[in-house]
Amino acid sequence: MFSKKNNTYYICVFFFSLFVLFLYGPTFTIILLSFQGPDGGLTFPLNGISTYWFEELWRGGSVVDIGSAFKRSIILGIIVMILTVVLSVAAGLAFRKKFWGSNVLFFITVASLIVPSIVLSLGIALQFRLIDDLTKWIGNSLDISWINDSFQTSLGMYSSGLGAQLTWTLPFGLLIMFAVFNRFDKSYEEAARDLGATPWKTFKEIVLPLIAPSIIGIALFGFTLSYDELARSSQVMGSGNTLPLELRGLTTTVTTPIIYALGTVTTFVSFTVIAISVGFYLFLKRKKGI
Amino acid sequence: MPNLFKIKPSVGLLSLPYSLVFIFFFFIPLVLTFVISFWDYNEYSIIPDLILENYRYVFENCFSFENGMCVTFKTYLSTFMFCLITWFFTLIIGFFVAYFLAFYVNSLTWQIALFLLCTIPFWTSNVIRMISWIPLLGRNGLVNDFFLSTGLTSTPQEWLLYSGFSVVLAFVHLYTLFMIVPIFNSMMRIDKSIIEAAYDSGANGFQILWNIIIPLCKPGIVIGSIFVITVVMGDFITIGIMGGQQIPSIGKIIYVEMSYLQLPAAAANAVILLFLTLLIIWIMTKMIDIRKEL
Repeated sequence: MFSKKNNTYYICVFFFSLFVLFLYGPTFTIILLSFQGPDGGLTFPLNGISTYWFEELWRGGSVVDIGSAFKRSIILGIIVMILTVVLSVAAGLAFRKKFWGSNVLFFITVASLIVPSIVLSLGIALQFRLIDDLTKWIGNSLDISWINDSFQTSLGMYSSGLGAQLTWTLPFGLLIMFAVFNRFDKSYEEAARDLGATPWKTFKEIVLPLIAPSIIGIALFGFTLSYDELARSSQVMGSGNTLPLELRGLTTTVTTPIIYALGTVTTFVSFTVIAISVGFYLFLKRKKGI
Repeated sequence: MPNLFKIKPSVGLLSLPYSLVFIFFFFIPLVLTFVISFWDYNEYSIIPDLILENYRYVFENCFSFENGMCVTFKTYLSTFMFCLITWFFTLIIGFFVAYFLAFYVNSLTWQIALFLLCTIPFWTSNVIRMISWIPLLGRNGLVNDFFLSTGLTSTPQEWLLYSGFSVVLAFVHLYTLFMIVPIFNSMMRIDKSIIEAAYDSGANGFQILWNIIIPLCKPGIVIGSIFVITVVMGDFITIGIMGGQQIPSIGKIIYVEMSYLQLPAAAANAVILLFLTLLIIWIMTKMIDIRKEL
């Protein structure tokens, strides 16, 4: 039925190739256009070939402080990655047995993936505004000087921003853990327990090495989704913007290939992270020998 | 239930940090949004109250129909249209990509490699993927160059970029993956011998597709559809960038009201949006009995 010799097969191959071209083609056009000469514009034809726009980007020319936005995004991405791995592996272990509230927690996990991001972003912004008002009120009524003098807002990258991104990355982490434990052979674990290993030792020596490749997958989701996250963070990052937020602002103001150069750099970071993850994943798989 | 804790005190508790994140950054914010949608506000503060003014304001002039359709209804209608068109294209494209991967690629290694090829863009920046259409669709872009040089049109086409067309194109570009993954997953669960049996009994390719594969893929199709529709329903970024900040959407109303600090009004719109989204999901899950399908 699905033989490789009939027409349908070739139509499918053609269709799939078109789809891949559709996926990657535009990105490669902007990578190409970012290597233009100083007179280059936003469209073809290429005006010379140089790394001028990358140098311009490096100097910070004509663009808001991209360097620090970039640094902020990387740091936040790493924090989100670590928290996503730790929290979703722990929750994944808990979900292997039914526990009080496990159904509700699963429902909330799925709901978090499909709730419109702007709604959640608004909700978190409101929450932190109330926290601010409350803090100021307490400061006033109890006459706490540091609140009255220096407290401005609790809204920020490492409070509300971090939390908003976690509501997006954690569900992916937990769903990956579900997939892992669905096909997990419990006999190794039971053997360890029978030989007298403590739960912690069983986890460290048996379970962790077995699920290690999947943890790389969770880390990949954690970092890349945070690094590119925009909708949920949009209202809750406080004063320091992350790279995607700056980029969105630039789309309306910048008319030089510098924005393509920035796009090339960001895409390069993403591709590097993906390549490292895939390489690491394959390495761990091979080491495991299964 | 308390017995469970006695036997295994630690295991369930491992989910506590995870749960706390969702209580604090998901549950409480949504409850607050609902509560604050009934509050009053002025230029610089929000005032606890219990009024319906924010909701009334959303639907102002909507039920008289003297001056045609009100802005709110127009915006909703336009957002629904984007949902419908995007859903249609992502479904068709996503289904056939998954179909190819699941049935025509035989080696598991190739299956994983090609699947990864489809997934990688999901881990890169959406904004970059949107602006990467500019050199292709812009006034002096490649597509217009092609149109002009072949004489298909005599002037550059303006509808290619910053239009409804480019918004849908970007949606399809960004979110077809949401269809591919669940449909592919459903297809991989189909017992190949059923298809063999149908083929041996004389069914042709189309009959197999229509009578066996599509019905068995229904759960995947529904899950993918829910993802695509909800993401388009609440969108304000793609419509903003690809629509040249000219096309309204429900998400954008909320965004604009927030920037003017009309927070209770934004909250009322958010509650309505959330309600509509849940309604659509509810209708979609009614189309299939998920428990029966699994």
